[in-house]
Amino acid sequence: MSGAASALFLLDIKGRVLIWRDYRGDVSAVQAEKFFTKFIEKEGDPQSQDPVVHDNGVTYMFIQHNNVYLLIATRQNCNAASLILFLHRVVDVFKHYFEELEEESLRDNFVVVYELLDEIMDFGYPQFTEAKILSEFIKTDAYRMEVTQRPPMAVTNAVSWRSEGISYKKNEVFLDVVESVNILVNSNGQIIRSDVVGALKMRTYLSGMPECKLGLNDRVLLEAQGRTTKGKAIDLDDIKFHQCVRLARFENDRTISFVPPDGSFDLMTYRLSTQVKPLIWVEAQIERHSRSRIEITVKSRSQFKERSTATNVEIELPVPADATNPNIRTSMGSAAYAPEKDALVWKIKSFPGGKEYMLRAEFSLPSITSEEATPERKAPIRVKFEIPYFTVSGIQVRYLKIIEKSGYQALPWVRYITMAGEYELRLM
Amino acid sequence: MSGHDSKYFSTTKKGEIPELKEELNSQYKDKRKDAVKKVIAAMTVGKDVSSLFTDVVNCMQTENLELKKLVYLYLINYAKSQPDLAILAVNTFVKDSQDPNPLIRALAVRTMGCIRVDKITEYLCDPLQRCLKDDDPYVRKTAAICVAKLYDINAELVEDRGFLDSLKDLISDNNPMVVANAVAALAEIQENSARPIFEITSATLQKLLTALNECTEWGQVFILDALSRYKAADAREAENIVERVTPRLQHANCAVVLSAVKMILQQMELITSTDIVRNLCKKMAPPLVTLLSAEPEIQYVALRNINLIVQKRPTILAHEIKVFFCKYNDPIYVKMEKLEIMIKLASDRNIDQVLLEFKEYATEVDVDFVRKAVRAIGRCAIKLERAAERCISVLLELIKIKVNYVVQEAIIVIKDIFRRYPNTYESIIATLCESLDTLDEPEAKASMIWIIGEYAERIDNADELLESFLESFPEEPPQVQLQLLTATVKLFLKKPTEGPQQMIQAVLNNATVETDNPDLRDRAYIYWRLLSTDPEAAKDVVLAEKPVITDDSNQLDSSLLDELLANIATLSSVYHKPPESFVTRLKTVSQRAEEDDYPEGSESGYPESPAHPVDGAASPSSSSGSRHPATSPPVAAAPAPVPDLLGDLIGLDNSNSLVPVDQPAPAGPPLPVLLPAAKGQGLQISAELTRSDGQVFYSMLFENNTQSVLDGFMIQFNKNTFGLAATGPLQVPPLHPGTSARTLLPMVLFQNVAPGAPNTLLQVAVKNNQQPVWYFSDKISLHVLFTEDGRMERATFLETWKSLPDSNEVLREFPGLVIKSMESTLDKLAASNMFFIAKRKNANQEVLYLSAKIPRGIPFLIELTAAVGVPGVKCAIKTPSPEMAPLFFEALEHFLQS
Repeated sequence: MSGAASALFLLDIKGRVLIWRDYRGDVSAVQAEKFFTKFIEKEGDPQSQDPVVHDNGVTYMFIQHNNVYLLIATRQNCNAASLILFLHRVVDVFKHYFEELEEESLRDNFVVVYELLDEIMDFGYPQFTEAKILSEFIKTDAYRMEVTQRPPMAVTNAVSWRSEGISYKKNEVFLDVVESVNILVNSNGQIIRSDVVGALKMRTYLSGMPECKLGLNDRVLLEAQGRTTKGKAIDLDDIKFHQCVRLARFENDRTISFVPPDGSFDLMTYRLSTQVKPLIWVEAQIERHSRSRIEITVKSRSQFKERSTATNVEIELPVPADATNPNIRTSMGSAAYAPEKDALVWKIKSFPGGKEYMLRAEFSLPSITSEEATPERKAPIRVKFEIPYFTVSGIQVRYLKIIEKSGYQALPWVRYITMAGEYELRLM
Repeated sequence: MSGHDSKYFSTTKKGEIPELKEELNSQYKDKRKDAVKKVIAAMTVGKDVSSLFTDVVNCMQTENLELKKLVYLYLINYAKSQPDLAILAVNTFVKDSQDPNPLIRALAVRTMGCIRVDKITEYLCDPLQRCLKDDDPYVRKTAAICVAKLYDINAELVEDRGFLDSLKDLISDNNPMVVANAVAALAEIQENSARPIFEITSATLQKLLTALNECTEWGQVFILDALSRYKAADAREAENIVERVTPRLQHANCAVVLSAVKMILQQMELITSTDIVRNLCKKMAPPLVTLLSAEPEIQYVALRNINLIVQKRPTILAHEIKVFFCKYNDPIYVKMEKLEIMIKLASDRNIDQVLLEFKEYATEVDVDFVRKAVRAIGRCAIKLERAAERCISVLLELIKIKVNYVVQEAIIVIKDIFRRYPNTYESIIATLCESLDTLDEPEAKASMIWIIGEYAERIDNADELLESFLESFPEEPPQVQLQLLTATVKLFLKKPTEGPQQMIQAVLNNATVETDNPDLRDRAYIYWRLLSTDPEAAKDVVLAEKPVITDDSNQLDSSLLDELLANIATLSSVYHKPPESFVTRLKTVSQRAEEDDYPEGSESGYPESPAHPVDGAASPSSSSGSRHPATSPPVAAAPAPVPDLLGDLIGLDNSNSLVPVDQPAPAGPPLPVLLPAAKGQGLQISAELTRSDGQVFYSMLFENNTQSVLDGFMIQFNKNTFGLAATGPLQVPPLHPGTSARTLLPMVLFQNVAPGAPNTLLQVAVKNNQQPVWYFSDKISLHVLFTEDGRMERATFLETWKSLPDSNEVLREFPGLVIKSMESTLDKLAASNMFFIAKRKNANQEVLYLSAKIPRGIPFLIELTAAVGVPGVKCAIKTPSPEMAPLFFEALEHFLQS
């Protein structure tokens, strides 16, 4: 099985072609534009449509970013996962180049866009999408030099994400361990889904070609090394590594070894599907009085240790679309009606562990309602927060060794933070 | 790093092309570079800048890489429309492919491979041969893909020049990226070849598995996809492969993960150890679950694939159903797919939680999603016997909310539940009947009627309920009518009382005499006959015990499932269809030939005839030059340089003079003006149907009196009596202001025939990229349809004349017409395929007998009476299609007048 893209299109919000690159000459811009403008016009909301569509012998796959659609057309049975992911990477590349990808930035940089489209894909096969390395030999006007550029070694090297000859006065690595808590509580107050998605986000400022080795309190590794684990070790469900990590090595002895890219990247992500106690619990009682008034009582409680503090807590409570005249009181923080979201947004700057706060709100409702029973949008309560210096999983970076042949000393800085991911509590 | 390229899009409207031409030939480097950027900007917004071809190509020899890339881009876009000028670029390409800078070497082969012009392709071979052995891996990886490009254009050339072997050698290259591209190229070539070209041996397998560890993420996908075709020899080899591939499950790139899953699943088929299989299943679950944290579009692809995987190996995700619960913000296409998988994973163990979820979804706002959720509850009921009761109680709760479409959907699934568990849940029928009035969808109505008929004996007022539907019987959709018919028969058989008897009379009457629907009528007659001959037999038939249904509605056939699993991550797995059902890979080369009016096309499709010189069609009215080199040798010969004398050609300032620009079109016979310039905003179209060598053509002349270039001409014919339509696209080159172009459009007959009485009206619509659509009417003159085989033998003529009844004879007099000379008239008539048979004298008049024939073998027998030099011609014809006579006379009159 094989297959490749016929053409890549960058289209405006109405589906008209801004720039396109024909890789195979078997799908024309006119054909694609004709299909796609009709497609988005007919269906209205592109969110509601399958992102893979077949029309008249051609498959179209698309994503949207700001006011731009990125669309791949093909006539073959190509790898859909690869090509759609490729489109997302193309967005990243353009963002690296133009700060933001939108119609205007494409127009302003069409020369570079063409150059990039020529380099990142050949004959419809994805080739190279490391923005940082690309920008070493494809430059925008501001950075362009008259010297003839050559392809950086990295383009074809086994280490395709890092160029040689990088040099810093001070060699430093910043490692942020960020855990997002995803939780779904149903209307009976039961937690029906909870997981933690963690990411080790790195920013490296290291000279040369440094060899790094990262040690975590991974139970499998510690046990393999015959160490006692005494409750400190953790089980990571599914680990995904940046392409710089040697996967075969990890498979063998659970060592995380790599030559990092320069700058920021996600070294690894992991998932933990153990039952997590909701860090912030929210209960809302909604009373409808005689169709004209609605009363909401909300209790929020922090369910973590007192020495931690959640910051920037934001609780979004859905209210009926036709509510008016809000009257809100809170025991902490501030709350405001956000009619554009049909919600009441309660913000608490600092929420220490083991505390409970209250909110009471009253809205007027129109006394006339339609006879027809139509279901209302049933948005859940959504919560955002951050808890610094804390991880749900208990993951710990035991060491980060950096070895470079010049023998410099590098300083690793590690930070931990937990935040709310998709944190939804359905209304009772 | 933001640029300011948008300034290149703004142009001074007037004389843009000449201005650009001047700038492109400027002596200043920067000005030339800016001009090329403007040209590319114009190309980007869809303007035709092909006329600047030579000027742009002149800028190709430059040290400036950015400028070179832009010129190359231009070439990719326009070389196919200017195949003869494209050759001008060959020399620079060849030179660039030997440049000391690998970036330029690679760029040259990459670009040459994108230019699908035969002449260029010939010159590509030598550079490609060199680049495949280049020292720099960047050049080699580009060359590897280029072989696939060349194969697509000219497979023979690739095989003759031994490129396939070079490509196979690259599999052993020491650079992983080169290996990956070689694999991609070979896999594609294999796909399009009947011969075995790329066979993976266990040696290649080892090499590729090693390269897998080192190449880019995209390269890993190429390799994994290619390796998934590999059939391991035995369980041990399969285990080894799986062991090498499993680490890929940890890759951050979802495509790598899915391709690895595909490969593992393929090899698992061979693995016999249940422990290993169980262990692999355990290993694959977490990565599959993690795919659901990816971008929604990827989630969609992942979910479609997971749907297949759980059908084959339900254990993998048996404990993970919760991850498929819908999130509030999931796009609807993700929610729909999750629902499908939830049904597949629902089990006695998790059904309570799943039902709670379905109930939640059934009260959301998106109608399609809600319906699917309700249907999901029904499917779970059918699938899980022990949970059926709980499912039904949820459905009843939903019915009570009284949201119309929920109720209807619920009734549809309850009907299925009744069929699955007969005589179990009939107690709820009363509740269902309460919603009777709200049903307005055919499927829901039909389902409810089925329930009433099936359980007529338990529903006290079944006859009343059915009767309420009967009033509107004629207006109901067929689905409902069929159910009403059957239900009434059931009711009658179960309760043969007076009421039902009257009802059945009415229904049978309605369903036989008063319907046009054959299905309904047939079924009604069968019932009728059964009931009137043997009511007991009717009972046996109509009230027979029905087989119990199962929930297999979304289960794929196992051979198809296996095929789809071999295609994981590809479109086939997204569509759940085998690749051949949607892959429409065109042989691009042949398609090009049609589109671009290559010489071969002109030789076969445009026969030369003295009346309509082909040069008219090929007239180089724009600088697009020699579009028909084969038929216009002077033009073709000039700019066709051979590589050894190329050298300075590109630098020639007068290279323009080689291309005849704005040459006046050679004069053909004047064509009637159908769209005057005044009406066409400056575009004038003259056209006429003509016939030559047995083919009908639409001879057209386009004159551009506007201020701008007109291009993208297309034509469409409305339905007409003879179904005349164009055989192919209109071939008109971009028309520059003040120029004109002639073309001969080959026509076919009986393509889109207009019904009704024959007439000569031919309505034409012509459009181009710059103007609105123009409509005009032309007349079909019958004589262009007279076929060459219309000559009749004397005897046949007489016989036919006699055999046709007199009513088929039509007579017309043309008092104003004069025939000056018999001979020249006969010659003229013969030239139009009206063949002379005999002549006799009647007093001072001559009587001529002629025959003619129009397509589909309709003959015309003609008797022409006239005195030479005296006004007045009488014409009688006999034909099996006398309705054509007026058309014939019209043509004849026109013919004799001219």
